[in-house]
Amino acid sequence: METDRVERGTWASRIFAVAAVVMLAALVALPWWGDAGEMRLIAEMAYYLALAQLWNLLAGYAGLVSVGQQAYVGLGGYAFFYLTRVLNIDVYIALLLAGPFAGLVSIPVSFAVFRLRGAYFAIGTWVVSEVFALSAGLIAVLGAGSGLSLTPAIMREIAPDRAGRDTILYLMTLAVAVVVFGIVYLLLRSRHGLALTAIRDSEPASASLGVNTFRTKFIIYIVTAACTGLVGGLIFLQKLRISPEAGFSINDWTVVVIFMVVIGGIGTIEGPFIGMLVFIVLRELLADYGAYYLILMGAIAIVVMLKAPSGIWGWVSHRFNIELFPVGRRLSLAPSEDLAKR
Amino acid sequence: MTLLQTQNLSAFYGDFQALFDINVTVDEGETVAVIGANGAGKTTFLRAVAGALGTAPDMVMFEGRPIGHHTAHDIVRLGIAMAPEGRRLFPSLSVEENLLLGGYSKRPGPWNIKRVYELFPRLRELRHLPATDLSGGQQQMTTVGRALMSNPRLLLCDELSLGLAPVVIRDIYGCLEKITAEGTTVVLVEQDINRALDASARFYCFQEGRLALTAPTKGFDRAAIGAAYFGM
Amino acid sequence: MDWLNTFIQGSLLGGIYALFAIGLSLSFGIMRLVNIAHGDLIVLSAYVAMVVGQGTGLDPISCLIIVVPVMFALGYALQRGLLNQTLTGGLLPPLLVTFGISIIIQNGLLQGFGAYTQRLQQGAIETASLQFGGISVGVYPLLVFGVALLALGSLQLLFYRTGLGRAFRAVSDDADTAELMGVDNRKLYAVALGIAMIFTAIAGVLFAIRTNFDPAAGPIRLILAFEAVIIGGLGSMWGTLIGGMILGIAQSVGAALSPTWQILAGHIAFLIILIVRPSGLFPRTRD
Repeated sequence: METDRVERGTWASRIFAVAAVVMLAALVALPWWGDAGEMRLIAEMAYYLALAQLWNLLAGYAGLVSVGQQAYVGLGGYAFFYLTRVLNIDVYIALLLAGPFAGLVSIPVSFAVFRLRGAYFAIGTWVVSEVFALSAGLIAVLGAGSGLSLTPAIMREIAPDRAGRDTILYLMTLAVAVVVFGIVYLLLRSRHGLALTAIRDSEPASASLGVNTFRTKFIIYIVTAACTGLVGGLIFLQKLRISPEAGFSINDWTVVVIFMVVIGGIGTIEGPFIGMLVFIVLRELLADYGAYYLILMGAIAIVVMLKAPSGIWGWVSHRFNIELFPVGRRLSLAPSEDLAKR
Repeated sequence: MTLLQTQNLSAFYGDFQALFDINVTVDEGETVAVIGANGAGKTTFLRAVAGALGTAPDMVMFEGRPIGHHTAHDIVRLGIAMAPEGRRLFPSLSVEENLLLGGYSKRPGPWNIKRVYELFPRLRELRHLPATDLSGGQQQMTTVGRALMSNPRLLLCDELSLGLAPVVIRDIYGCLEKITAEGTTVVLVEQDINRALDASARFYCFQEGRLALTAPTKGFDRAAIGAAYFGM
Repeated sequence: MDWLNTFIQGSLLGGIYALFAIGLSLSFGIMRLVNIAHGDLIVLSAYVAMVVGQGTGLDPISCLIIVVPVMFALGYALQRGLLNQTLTGGLLPPLLVTFGISIIIQNGLLQGFGAYTQRLQQGAIETASLQFGGISVGVYPLLVFGVALLALGSLQLLFYRTGLGRAFRAVSDDADTAELMGVDNRKLYAVALGIAMIFTAIAGVLFAIRTNFDPAAGPIRLILAFEAVIIGGLGSMWGTLIGGMILGIAQSVGAALSPTWQILAGHIAFLIILIVRPSGLFPRTRD
């Protein structure tokens, strides 16, 4: 006799999974069919996507709306530069350590900022980021106001020639984006993800059911910080230099990311993908008009928040009842002749 | 003349339907009681009349005109005031400031702060205290006084007796008589059935969002009310 | 280090920080709205004053005659037209919408005026000073501090002696019941933001006379206002003045050690107070 099952996938998600694998294979092969400019663009899209997924996890799922994640981008970047440039550690190991470093720093930071709620939490995270930026500008060994640059010797550790470096960095960025997305997705599919959705829907209710809301949020904050640090290290490895202004730039790492997530669909996994695509398209289209694309994105974000708070994907998903990356669970009842007999 | 009339009044909290086709009529100068168990929809009914819940325009008719679509603050200007359930006084305001706020809409009429203090002399002594420092009965008087300050034609009283000692309840209902003697129309929501029926000429009994029974109170069999109240 | 001088300069800084904070406190206290665009509105006021000054030839402080009503109208329209719709959606809409407005203002100013640093010229008063014993105290900082005291005093009068203030306090306590008492909440919120903008405009002009500004100068003003409010304690107007003074003193101490430490010293003092006494020094609001 068949039993009741808890199902994860839908028809749409299964088709999409196949399409996604095909697309990923094509992207991995890009170094062999595309040029350096295309690789740089895809790499940029990849790391923005990673940052967006992470911010979405923090704000859309854990309800921690941080306007200070650029702190960890900069921390990861600076940690990487310090380890390779100053301590002469192997470039790959330095990169791998950047994430955990950012994660460690986020622990005392959380003691301060978790005392604040809501919008005040947001501004508090911003203050912390400013503290890091100002401090980096004062520390001589970090290059103070001018920052640090990578040396040719360090670049040769990755690959002896330009093309090789481009390929390796591109593939690494792709890999990190996939890994970060994987972490976010698995987290949301797990028991912790279910706890997060419950907390997001009602913190008091979930607390009364035994969900340790503080610990869950704390863990999410640390994990997000560490992953953001890793992405930060990678970003600045590719930029070849870091400075306090660039490393901790709220405009580059937070404003854009928030807009992506909000327009794409906050609190959904698919949202950041869509938001990232919208951002890139708008930026390329309006490239000649200076800051207007930011004004436009700001206006779109406002309209989305007022009229369609779940973003583009939220609207599509609700309208057509699709979920491409299933995180929910459906109860599939075994067939039975008389439901009343159960 | 008919002051208030609801026509097939239905009300929702999101997807949940709290009222089903309620038809209530209140004539000018009457005191009408609305009774029913917890969750029967009595407060929802008052809130719908007061404009705190959106309804279709002609589900609520006041002075012959549809008001169902108006905002709560517009409805105060039209002449309906509420003494809400649980008093709902403003903690940051003193007793006097709470009363003065009741007069925000500046409707002309017989009631002003002096007359409210005449009705509730105890409040004059306590007027500078934070309103929530007062005893339950005094807070209830403040709530009613605050509603009177807008010179309403129709006064909606939600659970006047909630949490109060019998002797205090008696005092408050005594004041209510003075209010109705001025010609103010009153709709009284109460869980204390006897109090409500003693003070009113007609009553409506709600049960799970529906009208279960309506009749003049005089001489009505209380046992029959019990049956309607509990839906038996 | 001359401790007394540092203490006095720092305390007077509290004046401008308190003025920064008033608009933020008002909209949070009455509407529970934290306006992320607050700092940018301060900077916008400075640009408006600059334009008015160029057009009329008036000095910046006299330009306030025009700047204040303009900013009041802007605040009223912003709340009525846009922000009122964000109040029921939970935490995200107000935060993200005001964030969007912040970005629009910054980039709009950038497109309109370029990235050049600006300054408003008031004249001799900027550098005048008075002598008290051996201490030299700037006239301008004293003036700003005096304006802060006047501002807080007038707000106190507004809130505790007028019908409008009574309505503000009632709405802050219980917006739902206030509506049932005849108060039009949406209009009241719009007036509240308008009044907040009056003080924002004053703060914007006063700060721009002493400090260089550019389109990106908004966020740090928001942070300074925020720090003053948190140090002083949410819900207490006079506490915000004390908070601003403490912030100013911390910054002056930092600056005395090394000029580049000024802002950082303020942030650190803020974080310490946040960790040690999270509700601030004189907390009052029920949240």
